[in-house]
Amino acid sequence: MAQLSSTLLYIAFILYLIGTFFFGGAIRDKKEKPSTNRWSMLGIVITIVGFVSQLGYFITRWIAAGHAPVSNLFEFTTFFGMMLVGAFIIIYFIYKISVLGLFTLPVALLVIAYASMFPREITPLIPALQSDWLHIHVTTAAAGEAILAVSFAAGLIYLIRVVDQSKPSKRTFWLEVIMFCLITTLGFVAVSTAFSLADYEAKFTWVDKNKQQAEVVYDMPALVGPHKGTLEKESADRFEPLVHMPAIINAKKLNTVIWSLIGGTVLYLLLRLVLRKRIAAALQPLVKHVNLDLTDEISYRAVAIGFPVFTLGALIFAMIWAQIAWTRFWGWDPKEVWALITWLFYAAFLHLRLSRGWHGEKSAWLAVIGFAIIMFNLVAVNLVIAGLHSYAGS
Amino acid sequence: MEQVKCECGHVNPHGTVFCESCGKPLEEDTSKKLLDMRYEGSARRSQTYNKTIIDKIWNFFSSVKVGVWLIVITLVASAIGTIFPQEMYIPPNVSPAEYYKDQYGWAGKLYYELGFNNLYGSWWYMLLIASIGVSLVICSLDRVIPLYRALQKQGVTRHPTFLQRQRLFSASQVADENRVFSQMKERLIKRRYHVREENGNILAEKGRFSRWGPYVNHIGLIIFLIGAMLRFVPGMYVDKVLWIREGETKEIPGTGGKYFLKNEKFIFEVYEKGKDNEVFNAAIDRVGNGTVAKTYQTNVVLYKRVGPIVPGEEPKLKKVKEYNIRVNEPLKYDHYALYQVDFKMNEPNKMAFNLIDKATNQSFGTVTVDLHNPQSSYNLGNGYRVELLSYFPDFYFDDDGNPATKSKIPNNPAFVFKMITPDKPKGEVSFVAIRQTIEPFGNNKYKMAFAGLDTRNVSGLTVRRDFTLWILGIGGVIFMIGLIQGMYWNHRRIWLQRVNGEVWLAAHTNKNWFGLKNEMKHIIEGTGLAMPIDQAEVEKKAAQGGDRNGATK
Ligand code: HEM
Repeated sequence: MAQLSSTLLYIAFILYLIGTFFFGGAIRDKKEKPSTNRWSMLGIVITIVGFVSQLGYFITRWIAAGHAPVSNLFEFTTFFGMMLVGAFIIIYFIYKISVLGLFTLPVALLVIAYASMFPREITPLIPALQSDWLHIHVTTAAAGEAILAVSFAAGLIYLIRVVDQSKPSKRTFWLEVIMFCLITTLGFVAVSTAFSLADYEAKFTWVDKNKQQAEVVYDMPALVGPHKGTLEKESADRFEPLVHMPAIINAKKLNTVIWSLIGGTVLYLLLRLVLRKRIAAALQPLVKHVNLDLTDEISYRAVAIGFPVFTLGALIFAMIWAQIAWTRFWGWDPKEVWALITWLFYAAFLHLRLSRGWHGEKSAWLAVIGFAIIMFNLVAVNLVIAGLHSYAGS
Repeated sequence: MEQVKCECGHVNPHGTVFCESCGKPLEEDTSKKLLDMRYEGSARRSQTYNKTIIDKIWNFFSSVKVGVWLIVITLVASAIGTIFPQEMYIPPNVSPAEYYKDQYGWAGKLYYELGFNNLYGSWWYMLLIASIGVSLVICSLDRVIPLYRALQKQGVTRHPTFLQRQRLFSASQVADENRVFSQMKERLIKRRYHVREENGNILAEKGRFSRWGPYVNHIGLIIFLIGAMLRFVPGMYVDKVLWIREGETKEIPGTGGKYFLKNEKFIFEVYEKGKDNEVFNAAIDRVGNGTVAKTYQTNVVLYKRVGPIVPGEEPKLKKVKEYNIRVNEPLKYDHYALYQVDFKMNEPNKMAFNLIDKATNQSFGTVTVDLHNPQSSYNLGNGYRVELLSYFPDFYFDDDGNPATKSKIPNNPAFVFKMITPDKPKGEVSFVAIRQTIEPFGNNKYKMAFAGLDTRNVSGLTVRRDFTLWILGIGGVIFMIGLIQGMYWNHRRIWLQRVNGEVWLAAHTNKNWFGLKNEMKHIIEGTGLAMPIDQAEVEKKAAQGGDRNGATK
């Protein structure tokens, strides 16, 4: 069952990838309207089959484990990717624009690939997670975040279309920053995969912040080593760290971040070299036919649909569960606070849009920032600011 | 108060932008082509008065700009609070000042000095939340009453300029006006519009209730905030800790002596390879077998006191119920909830010693010391007796090198025994601690030899009673209802009017114009009416002058 489950996830991943190409083809097809041509028809069908396959992964894994597969970082993040595709499918049927697929599916692919870099075993549930609220809360919260992420995809399309690429400006700079971040995620996946295929392992003994000897195993060459870290005998031939970190910094995670940045930078520079222009400029022809007002409306609509779902899942259900499991509905745990921040941000977004007329480009930038906050909560708060919530992300 | 009479005869309150009934603009402002429909041009207090200090405060808090600033400041402040752990999450036995400095260096020191270690409980954070609350109340009142008036009063027949200045508008010439009107009416009704007719004109409306969505959700938020504030009212909220050993019966703190609890057994289980679902094996291997917790459970019996409280007398108890408290499964009774939150395994309970002759190892009997309630003397018969001169439950040597105890909890028990035997009637003194014996007055003949330790598990429970929960629940439900009402429905209106031999068609929605345009397309299909033009888009295109790069307003 567990094997079948992994296979289904793999199939889903491949199908999303193929689907992306079909949506790409849909916009290049000049003969027919992009919304109804054969390319986009096939694109959406493949996407739906992929979604069903991933649903199969989810169900079979649930059966195998005996609990909803949303209990660790890999499972949660994959589920988020699945919801993102689901949200896209719904929005696609409302607005029928192919270019949204061309942008949403790669984001979903990145999310799932990113998830796969974390331990993928089926983990048993610790007592705090043994509750039906686990799947009620986590699935609704992820669904809300995924719908909000569609607003990011639409916002991104809007920005790529509208930002003037003929001369460098603040707008082109920040747009490239977004591109760079997306590419760095790819860099992380590439570097992790490469070193794991090479079976790289280096064991250090080091001194932690309580001045205790500890052991840590790096799976990437240590550019930054742990506090007073020395390579153990069996890893004596491994790469010696260039610098050592103080004890309060998790050197292993920092090392991974640095490698991802290196991978991302290399990829980014290669792309720039090949394309000979900004990434966003290279993407601009893809979106040249999109209707700006419609894109803007989709971005807003996604927030309008996603905000209530997010509130329900990430705040209300979360509070109910926290009251049952942790004796209090709210405890200012970092993960809780970041859910609140996300919520406040989108509340501000809605007010700015409704009452202060922040439409179009301003609204698109806000959609991007909102997604950055969601990703921060998903990635950084889990890995860096460890609170009660932190799934043992290594 | 000054009032404005429109040419249609309707009397509007001072400050109205366009007539509540017919929609004719009252303050002629032709600079903007489209009417601002957000509050139906109604007279809002904040837009009308600005004289007294109350007006000024009212206007300040009713401004959405201010509201958004408050939200953004709260957001940033909340984020700052997550940079380092809040004080409630640092180990309880260290001084915060030192902890932040030790762990995070100068940044931690600064964090502490700025008071960010307790950010969410600080007066200024509370003030921010309170201001959001005030702002919510005032901005809602400022808008909802005039909006309600305007929507109630709206007439069917509108002034032509009102129609012309709607975002979606078209004028068409049709052969048979009456047929078009009846056809339109039928279709609008089919699409669940509420249709009103007057002088042969039509106003079709649906989803008006969604206009109240924001106000409903704001009310929900206010109720929630009030609920959160009530927590500080004495008696609304009980939060106590109860450490209870296996076999022990204790009064439940916070219940005023009404309830007692007996801990029958504490159970701690881990996941083990071979015993649990084998799909977990890989994960268990990665972190180590036997390190992942599976169950924390306390089997308890709940008792209620019968009869009055008599000081110094054992309470009379009546059994209420048996329950297994686990994480996620608190024991609930009479608004109280008992949660499994902590535990301590194998706390020493009883310690046994044999009184032996060091030379022959002969034993003269066993002394069992109850570590929570030791006796002062133990008679072994035949003239053998052991006296407990001193007892240190949590023994350490203090600064002067004397034995002392850190607490009353027997974490590291130590004893001073006096062994009285027929041949040593004055007794020998021995200091006995775990794995060490000191004979302060020279070599003894007898010895207290360790003969066994009996341990118990201790369960840490939290006692909660929170009368604010139901208010928070109501607030949350109202908030969600309002949110869904405002976000998943929209208020659409379609006006159809005969003007100078033409049929004028105008439409408005508060959101989702795409949906409205689609619907219009279907409704007018085949009627001969022209599809309304989106004047906002036209305006924007004109402003851009064809420049694809400047599409924002
Ligand atoms: C965190 C707190 C808040 C939340 C979650 C919230 C939520 C909302 C939502 C969901 C809407 C509907 C938006 C839409 O339909 O696009 C709304 C509208 C509105 N809110 Fe808030 N709000 C909050 C605080 C405030 C504050 C502090 C003010 C005070 C200035 C305010 C003033 C308004 C106004 C004026 C509207 C528009 C009503 C309308 O035009 O029909 N809100 N709010």
